[in-house]
Amino acid sequence: MDLTFLLNGERVLLSDISPTTTLLDWLRETRGLTGTKEGCNEGDCGACTVMVQDAAGARALNACILFLPQLQNKAVTTVEGLAGPDGTLHPVQQAMVALDGSQCGFCTPGFVMSMATAHTNGDTNFDDALAGNLCRCTGYAPIVRAAEAAALEPVPDWMAPADLPPPQPASTKAGATPPRWFAPQSLDELAWTYADHPDATLVAGATDVGLWVTKQMRDLGTVIFLNRVTDMGWIEVTDDALHIGAGVTMDRVQSLMVDHSPTYAELIRRYGSSQVRNAATIGGNIANGSPIGDNPPALIALGATLHLRHGNSQRSMPIEEFFIAYGQQDRFPGEFVEAVSIPRGQDRLGCYKLSKRFDQDISAVCGCFNITVEDDKVTKARIAFGGMAGIPKRATTVEQTLIGKDWSADAIATTWDDWSKDFTPMSDMRASADYRLNAARNLLIRYFLDDIGAQTNVLEVQP
Amino acid sequence: MSVGRALSHDAAHLHVTGAARYVDDIPTPANCLHLAFGLSDVAHGMIATMDLEAVRSAPGVVAVLTASDLPFANDVSPSIGDEPLLAVERVHYVGQPVYAVVAETHLMARHAARLGRITYDEQPALLTIDEALAAKSHFEDGPRIWSRGDAETAIATAPNRLEGAIDIGGQEHFYLEGQAALALPGEDGDMLVHSSTQHPTEIQHKVSDALGIPMHGVRVETRRMGGGFGGKESQGNALAVICAVAAQATRHPCKMRYDRDDDMVITGKRHDFRIDYTVGFDDAGCILGIDFRHYARCGWAQDLSLPVADRAMLHSDNAYYLPAVRIESHRLKTNTQSATAFRGFGGPQGMLGIERVMDHIAHRLGLDALDVRRSNYYAAGAASDPLPQPLAQARSDDDAKDNKKKKKKKTKAAQPAALEAAALPLQETPYGQTVEDFILHDLTDTLVKEAGYAERRAAVAEWNATNPVLKRGLAVTPVKFGISFTLTHLNQAGALVHVYQDGSIHMNHGGTEMGQGLFQKVAQVAASAFGVPMEAVRITATDTAKVPNTSATAASSGSDLNGMAVKLACDTIRNRMAEHLAEQHQADAKDVRFADGRVMVGAHCYTFAEAAKSAYEARVSLSSTGFYKTPKLEWDRIKGRGRPFFYFAYGAAMTEVVIDTLTGEYRMLRTDILHDVGTSLNPALDIGQIEGAFVQGAGWLTTEELVWDAAGRLRTHAPSTYKIPACSDRPDVFNVGLWDGANREETIYRSKAVGEPPFMLGISALMALGDAVAACGDDYPDLQAPATPERVLAAVQRLRDGL
Repeated sequence: MDLTFLLNGERVLLSDISPTTTLLDWLRETRGLTGTKEGCNEGDCGACTVMVQDAAGARALNACILFLPQLQNKAVTTVEGLAGPDGTLHPVQQAMVALDGSQCGFCTPGFVMSMATAHTNGDTNFDDALAGNLCRCTGYAPIVRAAEAAALEPVPDWMAPADLPPPQPASTKAGATPPRWFAPQSLDELAWTYADHPDATLVAGATDVGLWVTKQMRDLGTVIFLNRVTDMGWIEVTDDALHIGAGVTMDRVQSLMVDHSPTYAELIRRYGSSQVRNAATIGGNIANGSPIGDNPPALIALGATLHLRHGNSQRSMPIEEFFIAYGQQDRFPGEFVEAVSIPRGQDRLGCYKLSKRFDQDISAVCGCFNITVEDDKVTKARIAFGGMAGIPKRATTVEQTLIGKDWSADAIATTWDDWSKDFTPMSDMRASADYRLNAARNLLIRYFLDDIGAQTNVLEVQP
Repeated sequence: MSVGRALSHDAAHLHVTGAARYVDDIPTPANCLHLAFGLSDVAHGMIATMDLEAVRSAPGVVAVLTASDLPFANDVSPSIGDEPLLAVERVHYVGQPVYAVVAETHLMARHAARLGRITYDEQPALLTIDEALAAKSHFEDGPRIWSRGDAETAIATAPNRLEGAIDIGGQEHFYLEGQAALALPGEDGDMLVHSSTQHPTEIQHKVSDALGIPMHGVRVETRRMGGGFGGKESQGNALAVICAVAAQATRHPCKMRYDRDDDMVITGKRHDFRIDYTVGFDDAGCILGIDFRHYARCGWAQDLSLPVADRAMLHSDNAYYLPAVRIESHRLKTNTQSATAFRGFGGPQGMLGIERVMDHIAHRLGLDALDVRRSNYYAAGAASDPLPQPLAQARSDDDAKDNKKKKKKKTKAAQPAALEAAALPLQETPYGQTVEDFILHDLTDTLVKEAGYAERRAAVAEWNATNPVLKRGLAVTPVKFGISFTLTHLNQAGALVHVYQDGSIHMNHGGTEMGQGLFQKVAQVAASAFGVPMEAVRITATDTAKVPNTSATAASSGSDLNGMAVKLACDTIRNRMAEHLAEQHQADAKDVRFADGRVMVGAHCYTFAEAAKSAYEARVSLSSTGFYKTPKLEWDRIKGRGRPFFYFAYGAAMTEVVIDTLTGEYRMLRTDILHDVGTSLNPALDIGQIEGAFVQGAGWLTTEELVWDAAGRLRTHAPSTYKIPACSDRPDVFNVGLWDGANREETIYRSKAVGEPPFMLGISALMALGDAVAACGDDYPDLQAPATPERVLAAVQRLRDGL
């Protein structure tokens, strides 16, 4: 299948590529563009960050877990293409030189690309914009000083959105010879393609599937790319619910939630990094079925409904019913997550993500609480946790104990023994079982204290 | 003059454009082959069967090498030859290279490397300190013991006594550029190796042994590393040697770079330690006698563990006079990665031991920990012993940058405490080195005054009295770090300088560039020596063919050693030029001046280029080597007596944190640092080192947790599970200032080494966390390291509930 995109302003046309060739390997090994670095090959260090533009704007992405077919009709800028046509350095490059933002220099191209993307988008929240870029030398202080200085400079005219390649009416059928890959352009086409090839691997953002290739060296077999499915990335807000297509990226979910559920938005702020949120989709995070994905606990607490599709048939279910057991979901071969609906109502959600590091860390425990209190009594309770079982799971015993009780510290104390009935967490490199259980209990206290206005968040303490 | 100017890193313009080349970026010939190791998946066992058929028949595989395919030395140890490149009969840890795949591409090599089928007769593995102790599994012949005075009696007769222990986790270097090497076979058996190494001479040595050729047949070049931190002092040997062996066998260029997970699983890390202590002290908290037991988990091979453990012992005092002291150091052999050099080289662990004791004493006596620390400080020496004038003090103001406000210059203020302390005679460290320039009294006073310690101590107490959930903590910790390799013969360096007839200067030395800005500092030295602008000096890759027999760029010694060697080489050439011009003009060579790109002889003025050309035409050699060895060193590591260090570098940090007592989460709110770099060669680079070192040191003691499972497998082998500080983890307010004072010793322009010392300022973060936990109850927090949220919560619950 043919593939076309812009690389540093130059049109690239590729045929017969392996669908799991990463942009990073292709840049470095085929194109000889070695400015983009491999630091971890799993999307956690940002040394391979590139800027990708399309009609929706400029995004920073990790090239190490970005497959070439994901770039169809997009414009890619690498560190080699950031300076002006006459060689004038971009303001972030100038500031990084002037303010000593580089030491060993290996992470620098990635930082520069994240900074340039933030600069282009007028984003000045640098802790978030740079959370996906690790630096081991500088302690970050001079890099942030450089970002702040560059923010005072205008976006250079050469950074104007690139003229994207006109959408190609490319064939969406797989080539005749393996490896086979498909890139359907509509939900209908996806549904039929997947029904015909139920063993295929679906690839949306590749923030997890990418690692199957780069770390597990897995052969994905037939691959169906979802990035060209135009009717999967919609958001519809009605009076009753938020409807979110499975292809909506996490950065868009975050923006959506800022207005509807700030605590969920804050949870997503700490989901991966900017590069990861720009690629990852809500559908991928759910369908993946991981017990430590951060969306499912929030969605379960919110009482969300999951919509699945197989061929022409659709079905819906409460999202918690999707997760059956570790590695097992209620999804038939050839069936895929189409959308998720979140009921609207009084915002009582409280989301808490516990990890060793605040940014870009996988949750040891992710607890989401949605407790309705009427006349000082608990009338409804939905409490869901990630990291506490083999699946994202509700604390049903705790919920039942609380319902009908006064909303008070005393009522919370009565749930003490319930937690171990609901959860038997495991010990691993992220946390011990004891910590998980203790912290989960304490998070209910924290939710209560937050509800009554106490200060509980270390991130909100000023020096 | 260039020296003292806040110039940016010499390669900054290359870094930001992606043009800076690292080993994996060097264009390779089309026939280049790529290597990957097949690794042991058991912690200890004898290889029973090895079936590599699937590896050999995998796509793109050209060759598969095992130990029997190594024609000469099968060893990559930097010390005692106990580290086979490929396992022979026995495997010693999960991740040990057993075979090597040579394939057409990096991916093909990685893919094939997983296909080997090896069975083992597994044997019991020693994974922990306790298991190794029980099995008496030591390097050397048991513990090393140094002492002064009668610690046991001093402790027994002291008015107060306590004991405790601290577990200190290891640390993954996480250099952003993984290990990499490229070997290019030349004619007549020669081998050129590009290696991401801090120690090109060691690579040359190991490669020549493995190829069975003299060192003259191997040339090693290192332009730069993407971070080193000690992790590329010895850990690059395996890649360079296997590439050279494969290149010799195949006559193809061979390249190898570790995938990140392989890098973390194969290579050594900072030694984890347990330090047990028993201490006797008076009612003011002054230590009368102390007994330390250091247990260092060294891993399966000796590598650099002995000098690391020595340096931990040498920093057991940190900034404090210990009248009677006994230190027993166990270097334990375990079935884990061979722990190796890491910024501080054991110093941080030793220092954390005594800082923990200070904290514990203060808690026991109900005193402010800062007061206890100051009461135990060494006597000041500077006031009664005037400093020699610096060789150079010039520092131009025109290179002030936007971050100038960060570069506070502190002036020494005579403090009553300092004067009092100065009246005391100078004191000796436990190993008998006189502490001659102890500036920490003044430095600490200045820091705590400017950072508002007293007011903030009160504010923290008030906050903690009114906030049930969030608790704040505050701590000040000092650093006194000894500068020099403790293996005395390593304290030497060479340089090679050429002046071309157009006046341009080629500069080379034995030091390597890993981001610390060494090349720029040394170029500033060269430019200053000739009085030329920086553009006249060309920085070139470290090359074993230009400067031989170099030491690793380690022990913070890079600019001390190589700066001096380059200066000596430059001085030689300059003196020749001066003599030549003086002769031309019947002047005295001493009166020839080199400044501002010109050479002046009486009323005559040449451009530097004209002077060089004139010298060339007069058949004056414009090339010179330079050689430097550090003076005054004398050290007996067995007795633990002497002067291992040329001088000490000092600093202090004050850190404030807040913790969540429900979850153990925490943040650093503010850190203020005042650090001593002598007369700075380059304040911008020095401040960069301090900021970066602090964050790395704080990371070591907070979020960076290495976890091995019961089978000896490292579970935190990628950045998804091993968490170095991210951008938002730096302190919200982060002030770094340079102490204004020259080195009392005659170092290059009276500067001081800066690579390692500020790493240990990160200890203030751990102590501040402990201080915050202490607000939760009466017991001692007993916080272990790294203080992950889990450990903080456990400490809080212990204090609150007695759990």
